[in-house]
Amino acid sequence: MAIAAPAAHIQATALTKRYEDFIAVDELTFQVGAGEIYGLLGPNGAGKTTTILMLLGLSEPSSGEARVLGLDPARSPLEVKRMVGYLPDSVGFYGRLSGRENLDYTARLNGLEPDLAAHRIEDLLSQVHLTDAADQPADTYSRGMLQRLGVADALVKEPSVLILDEPTASIDPAGVADLLDLIRRLVAERGLSVLLSSHLLAQVERLCDRVGIFQRGHLIAEGTISDLAQRAGDRNLALDDIYRRLAAEAQEAPDGRPD
Amino acid sequence: MAGPTDWQRRRGPGWRVVMGKELAEGLTSLRFLILLGLLSLAAAGPVYAASGAIRDAAERASGAAAVFLALFTIGADPVPSFVGLVGFLAPLLGIAFGFDAINGERAQGTMPRLLSQPIHRDDVINGKFAAGLAMIAVAVTGTMLLVAGIGLLRLGIVPSLGEVARLVVWLALTIVYIGMWLAFATLCSVVVRRAATSALIAIGVWLALSLFGVLLARLVASFIDPTGATGAPADALAHAQLEQQLSAISPGTLYSQATTALLTPSATNVTVPGLAQLIQLSQQIPTQLSLDQSLLVAWPQIVILVAITIACFVLAYVGFLRQEVRA
Repeated sequence: MAIAAPAAHIQATALTKRYEDFIAVDELTFQVGAGEIYGLLGPNGAGKTTTILMLLGLSEPSSGEARVLGLDPARSPLEVKRMVGYLPDSVGFYGRLSGRENLDYTARLNGLEPDLAAHRIEDLLSQVHLTDAADQPADTYSRGMLQRLGVADALVKEPSVLILDEPTASIDPAGVADLLDLIRRLVAERGLSVLLSSHLLAQVERLCDRVGIFQRGHLIAEGTISDLAQRAGDRNLALDDIYRRLAAEAQEAPDGRPD
Repeated sequence: MAGPTDWQRRRGPGWRVVMGKELAEGLTSLRFLILLGLLSLAAAGPVYAASGAIRDAAERASGAAAVFLALFTIGADPVPSFVGLVGFLAPLLGIAFGFDAINGERAQGTMPRLLSQPIHRDDVINGKFAAGLAMIAVAVTGTMLLVAGIGLLRLGIVPSLGEVARLVVWLALTIVYIGMWLAFATLCSVVVRRAATSALIAIGVWLALSLFGVLLARLVASFIDPTGATGAPADALAHAQLEQQLSAISPGTLYSQATTALLTPSATNVTVPGLAQLIQLSQQIPTQLSLDQSLLVAWPQIVILVAITIACFVLAYVGFLRQEVRA
């Protein structure tokens, strides 16, 4: 980008999503710097997916502003989606198509040249260890394989930013370790900025440079794991415990909003 | 990274990519093969069963009348005509390609992934509708050619230019009619979350309209005008007209009326006539209408069918665009 390089690859400013009867995301402000892996952590229903959909321009913010690579996703969704790879929560594929055909569809939707796409897909399939299963119908894939295919799918367009929604949910522990290693390696190779959401804190804490702890639409704490541990009063705490303490604090705090 | 590349420009808009994928998947699907089989039966059955009746018609007509059209419109008890069978199967065809268009994508979990690609949201529904329409067109055109081929080879009947023109117009009308059911089924797939429920609703509406439509029209008509049916001839006629107008809410009725007008060159009227018109008709010398005159006869039905199709698609389109991605 020739324009004065945007400070952050993802920037949310007082981002808010209001539905008729409740507020899903309340004045959320955070940023993800270039090349950073940021974890948006919190329980189910905290508003993580809603936030992600707003960053992709798939849901309009009620107020506030999002910037992805300097662009407003609500105004230029196509440009944003061209540069952002997205692995949705419980990702699905067309069961009758093979893994390769599924990726090929994504490549065509992104307007990739067929030869280039075929090369790239071959490469990605081998990186996510699916070369052998590439021509089987996606119906026959296990959950872990689907998740790996999802990572490959998000990378087909060669994005600058990667958004992963609950990448480790619903796969077994061995699969989680594999998948996280895979993500770490692919991200390092490509120098991507990553926004990752999860409710399984312990699983992702090793992966993230920085985390934001998110509860009922509010960001209640943000920083590196050791920062947060310090704030919670014990350096050796695991993220799960930090989260529990901070969540309790946020609820007791005098300025905490009543539920 | 900014603008689209040359390749993207050549490849065209996103809906064509969606359409291409839906076609590739749809044309090899079991449901397409089953429907094609059904349609082929609808094509071959009447032509074989009715070949005797058609020969008779051909001999009686001795060249002047539209013998080639008889291939499509004549049936032999108990086998209905090709046109009749297509009219009956058409809704099924439309529903089969539309009932799981959107909710199927949601159920598979592919919707968020699809929408996060650089395409407009309406590309999804436009591409799917276009693909459905294309498959329908292929299936119906194919079976029509099959009937024409059997007619040419087995019965040695050669069509006149006028007959070919009529068949082409009828083909277009049939595609619009099936497209109407496709649009309606797509609407169901937007509104209803589960594919099975959506199919049931669409099929339910089809059966209700085709089986009970006439019955319902009769009931409502006798409710509005209790004495008419058994009264003086003029009253009875008025009653019949009322019934007719009510039954026109059923697209099937509109379609069969338009079909009659298009494929029967001697049909100068396809609805129940008024009294003055009836007198005129009784004095009319039997005549063959030209295609544009037949089109004029069927025009109201055609317009209403097109309007219903557009209305269903617009509702589905708007509904889909306003839906939350996760809905």
